[in-house]
Amino acid sequence: MAKINIKIEGVSYKVEEGLTILEAAKACGYEIPSLCTFNHGECNLGSCRVCLVEATGARGLVASCVYPVSEGMEIRISSPAAVEARRESVELLLSNHNKNCQQCEKNEYCELLHVAKLTGARDDAFAGTHSKTYLDTLAPGLVRDTSKCILCGRCVARCQNAHGLGILGFENRGFNTVVSPAENRSFADSPCIQCGQCVNVCPTGALMEHSEIGLVDEAFKAGKHVIVQAAPAVRAALGEEFGYPVGTPVTGKMIAALRRLGFEKVYDVNFGADLTIMEEGNELLERIQNKGVLPMITSCSPGWVNYAEYNYADLLPHLSSCKSPHEMQGAMIKNYWAEQKGIAKEDIFVVSVMPCTAKKFENKRPQLAKDGIMDVDAVITTRELARMIKRSGIIFNRLPDEEWDADIMGDYSGAAVIFGVTGGVMEAALRTVYFKLTGEEHEKIAFEEVRGHEAGIREASIDINGTKVNVAIASGMRSAKILLDEIKEGKSKYQFIEIMGCPGGCINGGGQPYVRSCFLPNEADDIVDTYKEKRAKALYSEDERQEVRQSHNNPQIKELYEKYLGKPGSHKAHKLLHTTYEGRVGFN
Amino acid sequence: MGNISATAAAKITEICNRYKDEKTPLMMILSDIQNEYGYIPLEVQEVVSKETGISVAEIYGVVTFYSFFSLEPKGKYVIGCCLGTACYVKGAQQVIDKFSELLGIGPGQTTEDGLFTIDALRCIGACGIAPAVSINGKVYPKVSVSQVHDIVASYQDAK
Repeated sequence: MAKINIKIEGVSYKVEEGLTILEAAKACGYEIPSLCTFNHGECNLGSCRVCLVEATGARGLVASCVYPVSEGMEIRISSPAAVEARRESVELLLSNHNKNCQQCEKNEYCELLHVAKLTGARDDAFAGTHSKTYLDTLAPGLVRDTSKCILCGRCVARCQNAHGLGILGFENRGFNTVVSPAENRSFADSPCIQCGQCVNVCPTGALMEHSEIGLVDEAFKAGKHVIVQAAPAVRAALGEEFGYPVGTPVTGKMIAALRRLGFEKVYDVNFGADLTIMEEGNELLERIQNKGVLPMITSCSPGWVNYAEYNYADLLPHLSSCKSPHEMQGAMIKNYWAEQKGIAKEDIFVVSVMPCTAKKFENKRPQLAKDGIMDVDAVITTRELARMIKRSGIIFNRLPDEEWDADIMGDYSGAAVIFGVTGGVMEAALRTVYFKLTGEEHEKIAFEEVRGHEAGIREASIDINGTKVNVAIASGMRSAKILLDEIKEGKSKYQFIEIMGCPGGCINGGGQPYVRSCFLPNEADDIVDTYKEKRAKALYSEDERQEVRQSHNNPQIKELYEKYLGKPGSHKAHKLLHTTYEGRVGFN
Repeated sequence: MGNISATAAAKITEICNRYKDEKTPLMMILSDIQNEYGYIPLEVQEVVSKETGISVAEIYGVVTFYSFFSLEPKGKYVIGCCLGTACYVKGAQQVIDKFSELLGIGPGQTTEDGLFTIDALRCIGACGIAPAVSINGKVYPKVSVSQVHDIVASYQDAK
C-alpha cells in the first residue's frame, strides 16, 4: 500500500493511504476520543459525532472514523474547536440518556461513560425532554432498555453480519426513533435466537444479559444443595475480567473462586461434554448404519437450535436428539448423583456458568423439564460470574489454583475441552467415532483440518477404515444457512455437520467478557481481531495437557455407563439425555 | 404469517417480482403495496421479507419512517390537512383541530365506520391558497374553520 504524508498536531508522519483519520492517528500514537474502540465501523457509520477533528481541505470539523486521510492533510485533534465539539457531541448523547450509572450493570465497561470522562462532558448541558423509553425483560436471555440506547446501530449491524437475521432495526423517526425488533416487540415475540451477539457490541447498558444472579442467591438462602458446573469456554475468557492477558486459561483460580462463593460441588461441564460425545457418536453411527436421516447436525448450541426451530422446521429431524452437555450433566446430577448421595432432587439447585445468553432460554425449554424438575435451575454468564466474584471481595489474582470436584463426575478428556471453539465438537466426535469403527485410536489424535476460530464454513473428509466420512463445520447463522439450504435442496454431501450459533463458537459467545481496546490498555491494537484466536488457543492447550484425550476413555464416563446408564443410546440414556424440537413461529 | 389470504400473498409476491432486478427495490415494492391495499401490516412485511431477503425489522423501519406508508387501513376519504409553514400561520392548526373535533379522531387515525382518516401533512406546495386541505386528491383552498362542517357533511352524504 502506498504511503502518504500527513501532519498531526504539526508533526509529520507517513501513513498508509486509504486509512480513516481515526486509524491513521492510532498508527501514529494518538487515540482520538471516540465510540469506535470496539469495531471496524460495524455501526451506523459516523452518526455519533464523537470523534470530530479539524482537517485541512474539509469544510468544518469531520468525523474521523469515516473521513479518509489524503496527501498533505494537516489534522488537529487538540484545537479548541475540536475539543469543544467532541464534548458537545457527548453532552448531546447524554441529554437523552438514562444516567443511572451507579445502578447500571454495564458501568465498568460503558463506552459512553468512558468518552464522557475523556471529553469532560457534563450531563446537564442540554437538559430537556427525554424520548419515550421501553424496557423489555420478557426474554429469558436478553434485556433491552431503550433509555440507555444511543442509536449507534452496532447491534443492528452485528445481528445482520453474524447471522443475516436483522432482528433489530431502527423504527419510527426523529425523536421517536428506537432500535428494536419489528413493531417494538419483545425479543421473546420475535424470531430472535437470543445469542447475545448484540449484547457483546452494545456500548452502553441498553442491551444486557437477563441476569439470574438473584435466582442463585435465593437458592443459597433456601438452603438448597447448590451445585455449579462451568462450561469450557468460560475458563478461556474469565481472566480478562481480572486483568489477565486475553487467552490466559484461569481454570484453577475459577474453581477456587466458585468454592469460595459457597457452591457445594464444583463440576466441569466437560464431563457432560464427554457424555454428549458418547451419545452423539452412537447416534451418528446408528444413523449411518441404519440409513437414518443424514447429515446429522449437532445440537449443543441453543442459539443454533432456536434458529433451526424458527427458520428450518422441516430440517429438525437432522438435529441430534442429544441434549446439550450442561443439560445432560444437570440430568445426571439430579438423578445419578442424587441417588448416589441420597439427596432428593427437589433439594438440589444446579447452576451452569456459560459463555452464552441463549442457554438461559434453553434451560427453560418445556422439553427439558421432567415432572416440574428442571435439569438446570439457573444459568449465569461468564460476565455474571465475574460480578459475583467481585462483589464477594475475592481477590481473584491471589487465589490458589484448585482442582474440580472429582467424586463422581470430575474426570474429563481433552476432547471435551475443545467443545468451546468452532470445530471442537466435530473433532471430539471424530476421535470417538474413529475408535468405534476401527477399534483403535487415531494415531494423530488431533484433526487439525476441522479447527478454526472465525465464522464461516470448513469441511473435511476423514477416511475411517476405507469409509469416507464427509463433515462440515459452520458458526454464525449466515454460514449455517448455506449448509442448510444445501440439505433442503438435496445437494448436501455431508454425513455430519457441526453448527455453533456465535461466530467462532462459544469462545465468542454472547455471555463472554467485553473486548474493548479502551478497557484493555495492555493488549495490542489489533486485539479486536485476535481475541477469538487467543481464547481458542487457551482451550487447545488444555486439550494437549490432558492425559485422556478421547471421551470414550474417560474412566468416570465408563463407570457411569456400567453402573447406571447401560450403554449409549439405551432406554435410560434416551429418557435422561435426549430431547425433542418443535418448529416455532417468529412473529406470532 | 397465518392471517393473510393466499390471494393476497400471491399478489404481494407478484409485486415483489416486479422489481426483481432493481438494486434497492424496497421503496418501490412498499409504494405499490400501499397504493394497492392502503396499508402495509406486519404480515405483509413478512412476505416481502421472505421474497427480498430484507429483514422484517428493516422493512418495518422504512414503513414507520415515511408518513406515506401506513400500518393501519386508511379510511375511504383521507383528509390531508397541510400544516406547512404558510398554512400553519394562516390557521391550519385550528382547521385540523376542527376536523378532529367533528370526527372524534386525531391526526393519523381513522373513524370507526372506516369513512375518514385525518392526515397531518407537511407542505404540499400549495402555499398560495393556504390553508389548504386535500381530500382524495381534491384540493380545498383557503379553508376556514367555519367551512369544515360542510366539507365533512358533503362526504357523509355521498358515502
